[in-house]
Amino acid sequence: MKDMMLLIEPLIPALRRYARSLLRDRAAADDLLQDCLERAITRWHQRRADGDARTWLFTILHNLAISRLRQAARRGAYVALDQADESVTARPPTQEDGLKHRELLRALATLPEDQRSVLLLVSVEDLSYAEAARVLDIPVGTVMSRLSRAREKLSRAMAPDPSGAMAPDLAVPVQRPTLRRVK
Amino acid sequence: MNTPRPITEEDLHGYVDGRLDPARLDQVEDYLARHPSEAERIAGYAEQRAHLRTALAGYAEEPIPAELNLANLIEARRAPRASSWRSAAAAVLLLGLGGLGGWALPHGAEAPAAGIASLGREAAESYAVYAPDHIRPVELRATDRGELIDWVSQRLDRPVAVPDLAASGYRFMGGRMVPTPHGPAALFLYDDDKGTRLAMLVRPMEIDRDTPLAEQSHGAVSGFAWSDQGLGYSLVAPASARDLHALADEARRQTVPS
Repeated sequence: MKDMMLLIEPLIPALRRYARSLLRDRAAADDLLQDCLERAITRWHQRRADGDARTWLFTILHNLAISRLRQAARRGAYVALDQADESVTARPPTQEDGLKHRELLRALATLPEDQRSVLLLVSVEDLSYAEAARVLDIPVGTVMSRLSRAREKLSRAMAPDPSGAMAPDLAVPVQRPTLRRVK
Repeated sequence: MNTPRPITEEDLHGYVDGRLDPARLDQVEDYLARHPSEAERIAGYAEQRAHLRTALAGYAEEPIPAELNLANLIEARRAPRASSWRSAAAAVLLLGLGGLGGWALPHGAEAPAAGIASLGREAAESYAVYAPDHIRPVELRATDRGELIDWVSQRLDRPVAVPDLAASGYRFMGGRMVPTPHGPAALFLYDDDKGTRLAMLVRPMEIDRDTPLAEQSHGAVSGFAWSDQGLGYSLVAPASARDLHALADEARRQTVPS
């Protein structure tokens, strides 16, 4: 019981951030995390002894998040970008980068869920490519290609359009005639 | 310098994420120095990564609410919990053991130990055993859906469909074969991700081979059963009869070939 506390508790803030970033709804994310923690407590003894608690917890959380997202999508309820979240993006909006962060989070929201989760796990949660592959139950090569697409798409969405303004509609990013390597 | 392995897109992302070993790092840096447009793109990714981390940092810094306090959650798990699926499942078990009459046919004749009433009872009994199981509620999980369908279809000697109830909020967990007094049956479990599980039992019917959907609800637990072309279905969950009726309609719609 004590090792469970020691291993799980420090991970809660990061798990919370991941759930929140994926669901973009604070209450839903916290519900999800609670569910995840309860499952982790009951299944603690089933955890592979050689397994890493962090990867294991992210796996449970991710699977719950995905089934929640798909459920909501099927119900057609998945519309509301948690508007309230804009005020909680860590930086007060008066700060010069506040606006940019909001733009970034909005652009992030336009990524397909599979690319978004890879980007978040790798870029924000510092999982290695192999760990992200385990969490998402996909090959490392797929992690890499999704990461690549996510970064490309996000930077296109954030890039100023030729008129110099921010891309007006991030859901339809402006295609820029930039040189891209084709793999 | 001798020709190194060609630089891959993976290397460039590894560079952004700080995942390269020192030798490869040198090669990538050398490559970027010689390819300014790639260097610009990769610098953009690195900047994007840093922004993402700052923008989301606040989420991890908020104080943890009581309902996410691990000590509380562990404590709650130790305490006996009322009004959860556990007690609901216990209720189903008691009904299954003692309440055979409760599952009787609507016309009030003596409850037969066969047919659709028996199917309902078997579903309740299987529910009581497997739904509360937190270690291995199912033998084959949803990810092995194809294998599961092959297995149960082979055992029941006819094609068996697994209804998709996700649109109604129930995620398919998986299933297994279970014994009944009337031979093997397939048990499928669903979960609403809030702790409520739903079971569907499917087996061939000797009698009552084609019956309309009928309610068999008792207290906290609802049941609906029907049969179609010799295959009987029973849906059981600790949900309201109205909710379960809608789910049963949906399951029936999906299992009855049009």
